[in-house]
Amino acid sequence: MGTVTQTIQAVPINHYILLASLLFTIGVMGVLVRRNAIVIFMSIELMLNAVNILLAAFSAYRGDASGQVFVFFIMAVAAAEVAVGLAIIVMIYRNTRSIDINILNKLKG
Amino acid sequence: MSHSLFYLLSFITLFFALLVVFAKNPIHSALYMVMTFFAITCQYLILNAQFLAIVNFIVYMGAIMVLILFSIMFLNLNQDTEPQKSSLLKFAGVISAGLLMLTLVGAIVKTGGGDVPFELVNSNIGLVKNLGKVLFNEFLLPFEIASVLLLSAMVGAVLLAKKDIN
Repeated sequence: MGTVTQTIQAVPINHYILLASLLFTIGVMGVLVRRNAIVIFMSIELMLNAVNILLAAFSAYRGDASGQVFVFFIMAVAAAEVAVGLAIIVMIYRNTRSIDINILNKLKG
Repeated sequence: MSHSLFYLLSFITLFFALLVVFAKNPIHSALYMVMTFFAITCQYLILNAQFLAIVNFIVYMGAIMVLILFSIMFLNLNQDTEPQKSSLLKFAGVISAGLLMLTLVGAIVKTGGGDVPFELVNSNIGLVKNLGKVLFNEFLLPFEIASVLLLSAMVGAVLLAKKDIN
C-alpha cells in the first residue's frame, strides 16, 4: 500500500484537472466530428469518464469518500443511459436502415 | 515506483481516446474504447480507489462495452456503411473543440495554486469496507433510488427494442 500512495504524492492536483479537461475535450470533439450515433454515444461515455476521474482525484485529495460514492452513482446512471440509448438506436435503425444522425433532422419543427 | 506511472497512464488514456474519435471503423472505435477504460481503471488503482477500479472494470469494460460491441455487430456496421461529415464540418468541429480546450487549460493554468503535490489525508477511503459504510449510511436513499432507476431502464430498453407485433 505504501508504494501506491507514494506514486500519487508526487503528482499535483493540477495535472489531474488537466487530464480530465483534455479527456472531456476529446469527447466533445467526438460528438462534433462524427455522424455515427453509436460513436457519439461512446464520446459521451468519454466525457462521463473525465468527470469520474476528476471526482475520484478530488476525493483522494481531500480525504472525503463522498466523491467516490458520486462516481459510483454516475456509473449506475451511465449503465442505464447506455441500455436505453442503444435500444433507441436499434429502433431507429430498424425504421430507417441507417444510424446516420442526419436522417433525424426530420425531427425539427 | 515513481510518479511517471501517472503520466504514462495519462498518455495512454488520451492517445486511445483520440483513436476512438478518429478511427474510421466503429468496431475499432469500440476496441480502442476498451483500452481507454483499462487505462482509466489503472488510474483509479494508483489513486487507491480500489472499489471504483473494480466497478469500472466490471461495469464499463465488461457490461457497457460488450453492449456497444454487440449492437455494432448486430447492426452489421463497418467502414463502408460509416456516414462521413464533410471535411469543412469536421474542421469546424476540431477547431471548436480546440478552442474549448484552450479555454479550459488557460483557465486552469492561470488559476494556479494546485501545484502542491498530493498529500493523502486518509488513504484508506477507497477501500470497499470504508466506502460501503459511507454508501449505506449517508447515501442509503440515493442507493435505493438507483436500483429503481436501473429497473425502469431495463423495462424501458426491453419495451423500446421489442418488435411491434401488429
